[in-house]
Amino acid sequence: MLSRTADHLYWMARYMERAENTARMLDVNYQTSLLPQSADAAEKGWKGLLSISELTSDFGERYGAIHARSVMDYMVRDEKNPASIYGCLLAARENARAVRGTLTTEVWETQNQTWLEFKRLLASGTFQKDPSEAFEWVKFRSHLSRGVTVGTMLQDEAFHFLRIGSFLERADNTARLLDVKFHAMDTEFANPMNANGNGKDQEYDFYHWSAILRSMSGFEVYRKAYRNVIRPEKVAELLILRPDMPRSLAACMNEVVSNLERVANEQSGETLRCAGRIRSDLQYGRIDEIVATGLHAFLTQFLERVGTLGAGISRDFLVPVQA
Amino acid sequence: MNSSFDEMNAGEAVVREHYQVYNRWLAEQPGDVMRGRREEAEMIFRRVGITFAVYGTKDEDGSGTERLIPFDLIPRVIPAHEWKEMERGLHQRVLALNRFIHDVYHAQEIIKAGIVPAEQIFRNAQFRPEMMGVDVPGGVYAHIAGIDIVRAANADGSGSYYVLEDNLRVPSGVSYMLENRKMMMRLFPDLFSMHRVEPVAHYPDLLLDTLRAVAPAAVNEPTVVLLTPGMYNSAYFEHAFLAQQMGIELVEGQDLFVKDNFLYMRTTQGAKRVDVIYRRVDDDFLDPLAFRPDSTLGCAGLLSVYRAGNLTLANAIGTGVADDKSIYPYVPQMIEFYLGEKPILNNVPTYQCRKAEDLEYVLSHLAELVVKEVHGAGGYGMLVGPAAAKSEIADFRKQLRAHPEGYIAQPTLSLSTCPTFVESGIAPRHIDLRPFVMSGKTVQMVPGGLTRVALKEKSLVVNSSQGGGTKDTWVLEG
Repeated sequence: MLSRTADHLYWMARYMERAENTARMLDVNYQTSLLPQSADAAEKGWKGLLSISELTSDFGERYGAIHARSVMDYMVRDEKNPASIYGCLLAARENARAVRGTLTTEVWETQNQTWLEFKRLLASGTFQKDPSEAFEWVKFRSHLSRGVTVGTMLQDEAFHFLRIGSFLERADNTARLLDVKFHAMDTEFANPMNANGNGKDQEYDFYHWSAILRSMSGFEVYRKAYRNVIRPEKVAELLILRPDMPRSLAACMNEVVSNLERVANEQSGETLRCAGRIRSDLQYGRIDEIVATGLHAFLTQFLERVGTLGAGISRDFLVPVQA
Repeated sequence: MNSSFDEMNAGEAVVREHYQVYNRWLAEQPGDVMRGRREEAEMIFRRVGITFAVYGTKDEDGSGTERLIPFDLIPRVIPAHEWKEMERGLHQRVLALNRFIHDVYHAQEIIKAGIVPAEQIFRNAQFRPEMMGVDVPGGVYAHIAGIDIVRAANADGSGSYYVLEDNLRVPSGVSYMLENRKMMMRLFPDLFSMHRVEPVAHYPDLLLDTLRAVAPAAVNEPTVVLLTPGMYNSAYFEHAFLAQQMGIELVEGQDLFVKDNFLYMRTTQGAKRVDVIYRRVDDDFLDPLAFRPDSTLGCAGLLSVYRAGNLTLANAIGTGVADDKSIYPYVPQMIEFYLGEKPILNNVPTYQCRKAEDLEYVLSHLAELVVKEVHGAGGYGMLVGPAAAKSEIADFRKQLRAHPEGYIAQPTLSLSTCPTFVESGIAPRHIDLRPFVMSGKTVQMVPGGLTRVALKEKSLVVNSSQGGGTKDTWVLEG
C-alpha cells in the first residue's frame, strides 16, 4: 500500500482515539468537580488535565485563570487548539477523506457522519447544556468507528495501520492520565496509611481512584478482577500490567506489536525490536517493583519509548523515502 | 427561436409514450412524499460525502468549500431506439477522434488532404510537439471521452440530438451518474419494478477492463493507478470513488518517482512499478521537467518514461488538440475521412470567426448567437446572445474584432427541457447529456450518461460550477 495512504490511516485512528480519551479525561474531571471539594482541589484537577496534554501555557495565554467552563470550552470546541475534540475529530475526518477509497463505505460514512453531527451538536448548544452527554457521545462515536473498522474492513495492511494508530495513541494517553493522576496523589500513594484514620480523606481517596477507573471504563472491571476494595497499587497494576484490561499499557502494546509484525518490511527490524522490548517489560514487570523505582519515573520513560517507537514507525513505513 | 422540446410532455396534457408510466406514478404521489424524499436524498449525499469543491468560496458555516450538487428526483428517460442510434453515433465519433489524434502526431494525412488547415493544429495551445512520432498502445489516445449531447426542437415540433462538445482530456461526472442511480433505487424501488431500466453500475468494471487492455505490451499483470491532484480538487470525490470501485491505488504526484526510465510508487513495502495511470491531472501538470516547472501535482521524468513506452497514460498527452472548439467543426469530415462513413450524430452548425465571412455574419447577428471562447470550458467565457445585456454584447464585439481566431459562434439552440422539482413545484428546466465512452481493445459504454440540468429558470448553463444540478438518466430496455 502507498506510504502516504498508511500515514493517513494511522493518523486517522490516532486522532479518533485521542478524541475519545480527551472526552474520557474531561468527563472524569467534570464528574469529580460535582463532588463536594475545595475550590483548590477542583482547580488542581483542571490544571492536571491541561498538563497531561502539555497545553498549560497555551491555555494560560489565551484564557487566563483556570475555570471548569473555560477549560472545557478550550478542550472541546476551541478551533485553534489542535488537541481539542473539535481539532481531533476534524483531523480524523480529513485524514479519512484523503484515503476514503481505502476505507470501506461504512468506515468512511461513520467518520464523516461523526464530524457533521459534531458540528451540528456544537451549533445547537447541546454540549454546553449537558457536558456529560456530550462526552458520552464522543465515546460512542469512537466505539462505533472502531467497531465498524473491525466489522467491515479486510484485515490487510490498511487495517493493521489503523490498529497500530489506535493502540499507540491509547498507550500514550493512558500513561499520561495515570502519570498526572497518580502525581496528584503522590504523598498519599507513597504512604497509603497516612490518612491518619481521618474518614474524610479515605472517602476522598475512594472517589479519586474510582474516578480514574471510571475514566478508563475500569470500575466494574476492577471489582471483577480483584474482588477487593479500591487500592492504589491495584489500580496501577490493572491499568499498566493487566493484558486483559483493554485500556492498559500491556494490552495496548500487545496490539501494537502483533499488528506491527504483520506489516514488517525490510527496514523495520529495529522498530519491531523497540516495540517488543516495551511489551516484554510490561509482560514480565511487577507492580511492586515499578512502585519501588517510582511510578512517575516509570511512566515518563514509557512515554519517551512510545514516542521513539512512533518516530520509528513513521520513518520505516509512513514517510516516503526515495527508493 | 423555436420553443423548447420537452422530454416528457409533447403538448398540453399529452405525455410522451416512454414517460407515461412514470407520469401516472408521479400523479399518485402526495407532494409531501416527494419533498421528504428530496430531503432524504440530500442527507444521504452529505453523509456519503458526495461533494465538490468550489474554489474560493466558503460553506454556510464558513468552514470549508464542500458543496452538494443538487440532485433532481425526476429522471430523464430515453427510449431504447433513441439510445441505440446515439450509441452507434458515439462509437463512430470517438473512433474517428482517436484516429484523428493519432494522425496529428504521425503522418498528418488529414492536413495533407486539405481538410483541416495546418495552422489550426500547430498553433493550437493543446498541440503537444512532444507527442510527435510517439506510439501509444492500440493507437488509443482518448480512452475516456465525455461527449456532451443536447436535444433541440425542430420547426415541426420534433427534436434532434446534437453533439455540443467533445471532452477528451479528463472528463468528469461519471461518479454522479452512478450515485444518482443508486440514490433513485434507494428512494423509489417501486419505480424500478415498473420500468425496465438499463443498469449502469458495471461502469467501473468496463473502465478497469479498458485501462488494463492498454497497458504496455511487455506487461502481463499491469499495475493500474488513478492519479489525482489531491483531496482539495473539485472532483476529488470522483477520483476516490472510482479508485475504490476498481480496487486500484489512488496516487498523488508525491507518491511517484522515476528510476531507470520506469515509474514507481512509494509503498509501505518499498517501491512498486506502475504500468498504467488513469490520470485526472491536466497535461500541463504531469511532469515539471517537461511542462509547468512549478507543478507539484505530477512527477519529474514521467514524460520520458511515457515516451519510452514503459507507461500508459489514460487519457494520452495531447488529446486536447481534438476537443478544442476550433477543431469541433471538422469532426463530421473526420468521420468521412477516416472511416468512410456518414456521420450519425449531428454537429451544431458553427461559425469560425477566424474566417472573414463567418466573422462578418457573427458580428451582425450577435444578439441571436452563442459565442464561445475556443479554449473555454465550464461555461465560462461565453456570450449567450439572446440573454445578454447590450453592454455585454458590445464587450464581446470588441473582443471578437481584436481576436477573431479565439472564438466560434453557434445558433442559440434551445436545449430540451425536462420536468424538474423547483421551489414553486414541478417546472421544465433545460438539460443536456454526457455519455462516457471508453476505448481500449474495443469501444464500450454504459447506456445513458450523466444528465445535467440548469436549475435557474430559462438558464442554458448546466455546469455544476454555475448552479447546475443532475438527474438520473434512464435508458429503457427495448
